Amino acid sequence: MEQLKTIGRELAIGSHGGWGQSKEFLDLVKSIGEARSKAEEDRIILREVESLRRRIAEPDVPRRKMKEYIIRLVYAEMLGHDASFGYIHAVKMTHDDALPLKRTGYLAVTLFLSEDHDLIILIVNTIQKDLRSDNYLVVCAALAAVCKLINEETIPAVLPQVVDLLAHPKEAVRKKAVMALHRFYQRSPASVSHLVSNFRKRLCDNDPGVMGATLCPLFDLICADVNSYKDLVISFVGILKQVAERRLPKTYDYHQMAAPFIQIKLLKILALLGSGDKQASGHMYNVLGDIFRKCEQSSNIGNAVLYESICCVSSIHPNAKLLEAAAEATSKFLKSDSHNLKYMGVDALGRLIRINPDIAEEHQLAVIDCLEDPDDTLKRKTFELLYKMTKSTNVEVIVGRMIEYMINISDNHYKTEIASRCVELAEQFAPTNEWFIQTMNKVFEHAGDLVNVRVAHNLMRLIAEGFGEDDEGAESKLRSSAVDSYLRILGEPKLPSLFLQVICWVLGEYGTADGKYPAAYIIGKLCDVTEALLCDDTVKAYAISAILKICAFEIAEGRKVEMLPECQSLIDELSTSHSTDLQQRAYELQALLCLESQAVESVMPLDASCEDIEIDKNLTFLKDFVQQSIENGATPYIPESERSGMSNVSNFKSQYQHEASSHMLRFEAYELPRPSPAHVIPHVSVPTPIADLFPVPETTCNSETSQASKLPSVAGASSAAHGIKLHLDGVQRRWGRPTYSSSSGPSSTTSTEKTTNGVTHIDGVGSQSRDKLNESRRQQPEVSAEKQKLAASLFGGSAGKTEKKATSTQRAPKGNTRNAERPGAARSRSPETSKEKAAPSVPDLLDLGEPNPTSTTIVDPFKQLEGLVGPAPMPSPLDNSVKTSGFETPDLMAAAYTDLLPSGSSSGSLSSTTTDMYSVDKTSNTATSVPSIKKGPFPQDSLRKDARARQLGVTPTGNNPNLFKDLLG
Amino acid sequence: MYYDINIKARRKTHQLFLSCALSGDDEMIRFILLQNRQGKTRLAKYYIPLEDSEKHKVEYEVHRLVVNRDPKYTNFVEFRTHKVIYRRYAGLFFSMCVDITDNELAYLECIHLFVEILDHFFSNVCELDLVFNFHKVYLILDEFILAGEIQETSKRAIIERMGELEKQE
Repeated sequence: MEQLKTIGRELAIGSHGGWGQSKEFLDLVKSIGEARSKAEEDRIILREVESLRRRIAEPDVPRRKMKEYIIRLVYAEMLGHDASFGYIHAVKMTHDDALPLKRTGYLAVTLFLSEDHDLIILIVNTIQKDLRSDNYLVVCAALAAVCKLINEETIPAVLPQVVDLLAHPKEAVRKKAVMALHRFYQRSPASVSHLVSNFRKRLCDNDPGVMGATLCPLFDLICADVNSYKDLVISFVGILKQVAERRLPKTYDYHQMAAPFIQIKLLKILALLGSGDKQASGHMYNVLGDIFRKCEQSSNIGNAVLYESICCVSSIHPNAKLLEAAAEATSKFLKSDSHNLKYMGVDALGRLIRINPDIAEEHQLAVIDCLEDPDDTLKRKTFELLYKMTKSTNVEVIVGRMIEYMINISDNHYKTEIASRCVELAEQFAPTNEWFIQTMNKVFEHAGDLVNVRVAHNLMRLIAEGFGEDDEGAESKLRSSAVDSYLRILGEPKLPSLFLQVICWVLGEYGTADGKYPAAYIIGKLCDVTEALLCDDTVKAYAISAILKICAFEIAEGRKVEMLPECQSLIDELSTSHSTDLQQRAYELQALLCLESQAVESVMPLDASCEDIEIDKNLTFLKDFVQQSIENGATPYIPESERSGMSNVSNFKSQYQHEASSHMLRFEAYELPRPSPAHVIPHVSVPTPIADLFPVPETTCNSETSQASKLPSVAGASSAAHGIKLHLDGVQRRWGRPTYSSSSGPSSTTSTEKTTNGVTHIDGVGSQSRDKLNESRRQQPEVSAEKQKLAASLFGGSAGKTEKKATSTQRAPKGNTRNAERPGAARSRSPETSKEKAAPSVPDLLDLGEPNPTSTTIVDPFKQLEGLVGPAPMPSPLDNSVKTSGFETPDLMAAAYTDLLPSGSSSGSLSSTTTDMYSVDKTSNTATSVPSIKKGPFPQDSLRKDARARQLGVTPTGNNPNLFKDLLG
Repeated sequence: MYYDINIKARRKTHQLFLSCALSGDDEMIRFILLQNRQGKTRLAKYYIPLEDSEKHKVEYEVHRLVVNRDPKYTNFVEFRTHKVIYRRYAGLFFSMCVDITDNELAYLECIHLFVEILDHFFSNVCELDLVFNFHKVYLILDEFILAGEIQETSKRAIIERMGELEKQE
């Protein structure tokens, strides 16, 4: 170690001889360093770029000077300014014979150029030459450039040389060659597929650095094809064992861990190899056990290795002992005060519960703490965990929480993700249809434009088909409550388009079904929808079709339809619309109004959305016609796969690759594209155009509607009458009745019944075992009642139907208090944690979290939707008590935190500007809290550096005093 | 003709940022940023092809994400489809963008190892050293991380290699 420091010091002194650059450049960097604003910085750099542009183009710039110009260009680019005029000079510099210049050239091109830049072809030649150089430093520089600049087309040009370098005497070259090949593999796996044996050989390299680097490509290769590398399990286990037993050189140690980064990579590989393979896993148990035993838990890196071991254990064939060790390590993570460790703990828990769901139970409170933590990263990770542990018994609470969180975030990417998760969970575990519809409404309302169209179709189908049981009463109740809720929601401004589509469809089908609302009222509402500002064509199409349906039902019932003025104006507007689809619909409506009631009834039968339409995909009814045409001399239809043009296209790529490998590089222009296969199609005779009229269902809603408008001309009015059909092909039915398109009813219905039986059966078992646990843990200290309830609803699998309802009604007030607490969230969290600490044995919450008997039971789920619109009810007194106690003890957390730090450095590290939360691990560094010895082991160096900086005019009292702060202080 | 093909290729790589994330098995470091508290870039190394405008956006967004985070919070932030692991040393933020499924703690320590290497090389490194010697920092980084993967974890090996390079100057 001491020796290492000496080397470092010498180097630093050598390299710092006035920093080796011209005064001009140092002034530039200095002024940038002290620039007060981005605008000032931009001005300085623009001036610099202009002067460089002029000077670099001068003839006979001395090489040394040019080197500095290039570095200055790099600086300008780094700060975000365009320096493309100098790229060519950087490329030229790579040709230079002097190593420092060549290296600067390579450094600049790797930073300037991306792999598809035009100038790359000018460098390939130099790289080829340099790869053959006797000076290994030149080879290293070239290999670094190879990693960044060589693309799929130029791989063949350098591949043979890089492969040769795998046997280079210098380990630094071998290592870089391995990394280059790895890069080639990522660019184009086929280019190095024949070189796998070389990687295997490098695994046994004498140099640990080369071995460690080889793990990178092997990891990727194993990811792609596990089975071809099963023979390496023993080798990997052997290497890991050696590493763990500290047989690698000391220089690979990091914070008292033996080569931790190599260990982590090996554990990742073993996790892949042992997954689902009992025999391979068997080899690993021993070494994994060793790692768990030996791992240093006080350092970050030790925990990183530990975490990777947990991942590995949860991925390979389960072993009880290791799982126990993993669970123990996980619980230590979760109980830690460090957010980072908690985060790792939550993630690890998510992996372990896949194998043993009971592990979660012990950590319920810790998990809930994480869920309520103000740190978004931790919160999201916890949602991920909840997502993994959702069951039919806790789905309501979890999805409720998710939606609550979803409403409050603005990040669209994450909103989409959490919305789709809500939908997935709701589809999979929904306890009732009412709840499902309610949940979907919330998702649509708040993230409507982000969810998949499929979700809307699923919802519509559910409302149409109901429970899938023969209970007509319940079905119509469901529908009318849906209609009620939608009529109410329509009052809201700015509803997402997809949601409006659903609303229109449901109102059209079932708006007048129960006779509660007059047709005119519904039609009026639908007209309002189309008048909204942001109403797009699809929504208009849905709305006009809905109006058409309602009119049809009215006429069929024999009632007179009076045309509302706004409806008439809507029809007028749409019949002159730019969209032919909308026109068609408007004309259809007008035509329908003139028909007799009987005709209307057969055109638009009531509640026919669930009926099957048979599609004859083989078009058998056309056979005679085709036969006749062929007899009359038409060319027969050739299936796509048999057409000659097509095979050309599919072979094109491989052909091209072949050419590329045989010719090294192709720098001439490419040939003109071959005639496209589209030319073949016109030759194909009669059947195709007709076939087009019966399109195979597609997945988008738009194509569905346009198909519907096409249909009438061919298939007759009856099928067109439905207007917009639900598209159900390929939509997997998670619960309720089997998929719409499934062949026969009875068989599949029984299968779903079976699954529901299965679910209840499992629940039964769970409740039994938990009841036992209940008894064993009856007397446990009290924890905050709110959290207990939440924990009970999340983790208590045995909760009965009534209990479930109770918790779900309590959800609203709970959410309210959470919001109220948010401003002081950091504070209110602390007493909770400390409470938890006071009660180390985790109490079982099932008996404490009993349902509040006074809470109201749900009468009509759609009534609850009002809660969405209006303010939520008052928080319960229990919550208040939690809050007040929270304000009384705000310092508890801080005190606990301070206690944990090593004495002597605690106050210093807390108050120092270094906000590293891991000061615990760096005991040696945290000892620097006394300013006089702040400069660590080399005070003279620092003084010298300060003096030099002052000479340049940069002073610690300048604009940015941070410039002088030791990073590792 | 050639130009056309290039445009196509560029478009393809531009989507890489997203598609790599979706494929998931392509675990690698996407970029490393050194920024000070004001958001000035001290070093930027990208291991994936990005347009210049995209780089600006990335640097701006990453700075905004990390600069005001409570020091008690996790050192990990979700960033688009990826994750940024960051750590603050004095006035400098070291940020590393990695895969969402990767071992966060390991990368956090990877940053620390990098700082330790810098500390040895510059003997008690401070921001000023990095500002004036950014091109050397790039070279050190190239010895440590290559093509988005950690290639060498021995401090000594890296310092020795740099020593040999310095001798050539």
